[in-house]
Amino acid sequence: MREFGYQRAYDVAGAVALLDAAPDTRFLGGGTNLVDLMKTGVERPARLIDIRELPLDRIEVTAEGALRIGATVTNGDLAAHPEVRRRYPALAQAVLAGASGQLRNMATVGGNLLQRTRCGYFTEVSQPCNKRAPGSGCPAVAGEHRNHAILGASDHCVAVHASDMAVALTAFDAVVHYETADGPGELPLADFYLPVGDTPHRETALPAGALITGVTLPPAPVAAHSRYRKVRERASYAFAIGSLAAALDIRDGIVRDARLAFGAVASRPWRASAAERVLTGAPAVPETYAAAADAELAAARPLPRNGYKVDLIRNLTVTVLTELAEEAAR
Amino acid sequence: MALSTSSVITLKINGEKHTLPVDHRTTLLDALRERLDLTGTKKGCDQGQCGACTVLLDGRRAVACLQLAVAAEGREITTIEGVADGERLHPVQQAFLDLDGFQCGYCTPGQICSAIGMIQEHAAGWPSAVTEDVRPQAGPPPLTADEIRERMSGNLCRCGAYVAIVEAVARAAEAHTGEGHEDAATGGAKEAVI
Repeated sequence: MREFGYQRAYDVAGAVALLDAAPDTRFLGGGTNLVDLMKTGVERPARLIDIRELPLDRIEVTAEGALRIGATVTNGDLAAHPEVRRRYPALAQAVLAGASGQLRNMATVGGNLLQRTRCGYFTEVSQPCNKRAPGSGCPAVAGEHRNHAILGASDHCVAVHASDMAVALTAFDAVVHYETADGPGELPLADFYLPVGDTPHRETALPAGALITGVTLPPAPVAAHSRYRKVRERASYAFAIGSLAAALDIRDGIVRDARLAFGAVASRPWRASAAERVLTGAPAVPETYAAAADAELAAARPLPRNGYKVDLIRNLTVTVLTELAEEAAR
Repeated sequence: MALSTSSVITLKINGEKHTLPVDHRTTLLDALRERLDLTGTKKGCDQGQCGACTVLLDGRRAVACLQLAVAAEGREITTIEGVADGERLHPVQQAFLDLDGFQCGYCTPGQICSAIGMIQEHAAGWPSAVTEDVRPQAGPPPLTADEIRERMSGNLCRCGAYVAIVEAVARAAEAHTGEGHEDAATGGAKEAVI
């Protein structure tokens, strides 16, 4: 591991000023991804600014009925919070589906959004990787890509985003708040992750020197009836090979409102807007759900060894939406 | 300006303060084992994947291998050496002994610290990935064998002593809450999750 300086920040302005003052600096939250990557040399910061003591560890209901989640709230506290479980059960389920109890107690919301891909070529520094070493190539395209992207990828990178939490946040139109030396700003999560294109090393639209301060979930009555389902190669403590966050509002047998996002299929959580358009106003029957999945997956470009994900996501969509509809009918 | 790459820190471990200089790269795990002779906490994978190094930070379970020692300053650290009450074993330790919740014992300190944290999380009403209904109005989930396996999935046991580990955790949880669940303690296990 490269040697590094360490400082603790106690207020947001101080943290941002410290970052602005030195290159090669990273914020340290729970460290569950960053410290791991520093050990293997994928991340080589010259300095860490510890932000765990910033006053960003609260979850609050705003006057407008939105849920404001601080950036240093741990995944464990997020999933346990009564208002998260009541208003956005799929978000609690998504967080609980990720990592282990120990890691959830350490990992923070801001860090979860910024976690790096688990692509084996990215995490192994002896291998080429356009994300880690721009221009060095992507061995995954012709190599091991069973768990790589089927949507939105490019020849330059086919890695998937690993977060479960971000999939549910995407389905519910979360907004990311940040602070820079020039003041605060915000980005809809839909615009937070950049398209892969030929710059897979540029992952987010966060301005240079920005600190994520929190996430806001707008009020969404439909989200109270939501579910997150994760498919993985063992029953617990593994990354998804495909996942789904879904919410349905059905009245008189017709879908009035639908939210759908896929995980582990792209470089970012994948909002299934085409599927939502098919669902809205259509009869709440399995044929509709299949047509919705097909509308979204028409854009899928699977690689030779990950075509199974297209079927997996289609089946997952039909299964989970059918379950939600049956629950609503009870 | 070049920042120092080491610091003198004070760690509060099992109620006792320890002051030591550390290279910032030092993990809490290595500080405990290599610097402070607290070798009860074990190093398994050193990548946050096996749970052998589980300790309690401010009462919450965490893996010491991904925790930088310098960042643990100011926190209450509890290791396996600190969970007993003098000569009286912690109820989770006692249950592991009584029910043979181990074979070689290497993962056991991590299993026990993890179980202590997990039982408190459950008592606080936290749901898990196998909880049928996570909404607060559904009430706290009973701590079934399935719930225990899911909640303890961050602790691997290469000997495969899982059956007895689940029984031990169920018994300790029962002692903690005064009400346990039959199917967990009597092997109502449906399938191995871990």
